[in-house]
Amino acid sequence: MNPALNVGSAPVGTPYFFYGLAAAAVISGLLVITRRNAVHSALSLIVTLLSVAGLYLMLYAPFVAGVQIIVYAGGIMVLFLFVIMLVNIDRASKERQFNRIWPVGLLASCALLALFLGAFSKGRALLPERATQLPEGINTQQVAALLYGEAGRMGQYTFAFEIASLLLLVAILGAVIMTKKKI
Amino acid sequence: MLNALTSYLGSPVTPGQAGNQLWALIYVLIIFAGVSIAVMAMNWLERKALAHFQIRLGPMRVGPHGLLQPIADALKLMLKEDIIPSEADKTVFWIAPLIGLVAAFTVYTVIPFGPSQAVSDMNIGILFMLGVSSLGVLGIVTAGWASNSHYPLIGALRSSAQMVSYEVAMGLAVVSAILMTSLNTAGTGTLSMIGIVQAQQQQGVWFLFKFFPLGFVAFIIFAIAMVAETNRAPFDLAEAESELTAGFHTEYSGLRWSLFMLAEYAAMIAVSAIAVTLWLGGWMRPFPNLLNAPAWEFVFSLFPGLTFAALAGFAFLGTARMPSHSFFRIQRIGLGVFALLLAFLALVLFVIAIAGRNTDTSLAAHTREGIDYVYWFMLKVAIFMYLFIWYRATWPRYRFDQLMKIGWKVMLPISLGVLILTAIVGVLIP
Repeated sequence: MNPALNVGSAPVGTPYFFYGLAAAAVISGLLVITRRNAVHSALSLIVTLLSVAGLYLMLYAPFVAGVQIIVYAGGIMVLFLFVIMLVNIDRASKERQFNRIWPVGLLASCALLALFLGAFSKGRALLPERATQLPEGINTQQVAALLYGEAGRMGQYTFAFEIASLLLLVAILGAVIMTKKKI
Repeated sequence: MLNALTSYLGSPVTPGQAGNQLWALIYVLIIFAGVSIAVMAMNWLERKALAHFQIRLGPMRVGPHGLLQPIADALKLMLKEDIIPSEADKTVFWIAPLIGLVAAFTVYTVIPFGPSQAVSDMNIGILFMLGVSSLGVLGIVTAGWASNSHYPLIGALRSSAQMVSYEVAMGLAVVSAILMTSLNTAGTGTLSMIGIVQAQQQQGVWFLFKFFPLGFVAFIIFAIAMVAETNRAPFDLAEAESELTAGFHTEYSGLRWSLFMLAEYAAMIAVSAIAVTLWLGGWMRPFPNLLNAPAWEFVFSLFPGLTFAALAGFAFLGTARMPSHSFFRIQRIGLGVFALLLAFLALVLFVIAIAGRNTDTSLAAHTREGIDYVYWFMLKVAIFMYLFIWYRATWPRYRFDQLMKIGWKVMLPISLGVLILTAIVGVLIP
């Protein structure tokens, strides 16, 4: 790639893309919880996940965006749809849409709102002045270096990564044991 | 202003390096038109080849040797009544074919037809391709559900289970190919589609033959998984016509149905392009390093012209063998004109090959190189497309439990083993 290109190549229309993607994520996120039909909710959730993937791309994290599309939109949501399609929609849509733990939900969302407001008002002190712009080409390598380490050194997050993998393994085994009584 | 315009149009930044948006847009339009034409040609070829496999003639009435059949089909589908079942979920029913179509066509943004003959060169190219092509299944699943009918629902369930199972083996095979890009002392690994082909160029070997038989086995795993991914025979359980009428698109008709077909064929071309890029050296001609003398370069650059000359020869032969009854006069003239057109294209390609034989920076040499890249890439993809037809004519459909068994108990362990072995061999043999 021509190195001269990277110098002044600010992305085109960045704020508009951000507002568009953010609006898509928020609106479809609202649709997820307000639609009575579970399949519609799942489809809206896919739109949300894709918009978030777009936001990752704008944050110069193409690897995370790609993984988001493959794992969530392409894999997990297909399985969600697989299960939801077997539900009797007519009966499900007549049931109460919200259960009785809404005070807890309200509390949680208020806490989240407080967190966001705090980050927004105090952000200048807490966060760095501007995002460090990593060279896009080696983004994937840097993710790998953080997770697995490089040249014999342990990466910054290797331990956490291994713990998370162990947790997933336990979850997989648990799922198999719960569904299959006799192994 | 004129200066600015010419410098903008003539900027050295090629679309493959994600520079000039105008050229990228033009490439997108060319690819869109090209893929649509390729799908029509594929449609004709499939009906014709399947017919010949089964000792039939296939389409013969519309145009000489049924050459205009795809156009007639397209017209019929556009004029047909578009029925939406009254109990269907109308919004989802309407969106479903579009999801499949958008997913199939979006993939083409990263397919490298040449080192600079691509819309864009993302550094997560292969990841992007796998991700977006895996979204195609959503179109099938939502179509099956929205039809609110039993056969489509079963087709959709089968399709989603099948996709999720085969994606795992496919992904592992792809990872072992990506691993090979990083195993050279010179380079670091890359996920970019152009970078993968360039890695094969640097290492002087197609990944198909690298660490033989490891690359070959990974390629075979991918080649099987990609047939399952695109829901083609012998893995076409989502639309098994002997069991499910037409599977997920039973309730679809007219234009919407044709969108499903377009998406299916576009996805077939796209996954073939992934296989070609990862294992078959992408745009490279055979033996680019071994036979690198200018004379060989010239010989290989004659191939595009020779291909069209051969096609023109076939068309001339067909013209000559047409029965001399007056019924066939118009068909005969039509086929003759088609043959002349092909011969003219062959001539143009020969002229370009000869004019651009010196590898300098002249326009002719540049054009010749570009044509060569695109030609070799498309030839390799075309071989895969023929294989798809061949599979369909040869093998009976799998039962669903057999399909799952192959996916999880055969392909997944083999691809995992190949991945581990590739890593070990790559460390041992620098």
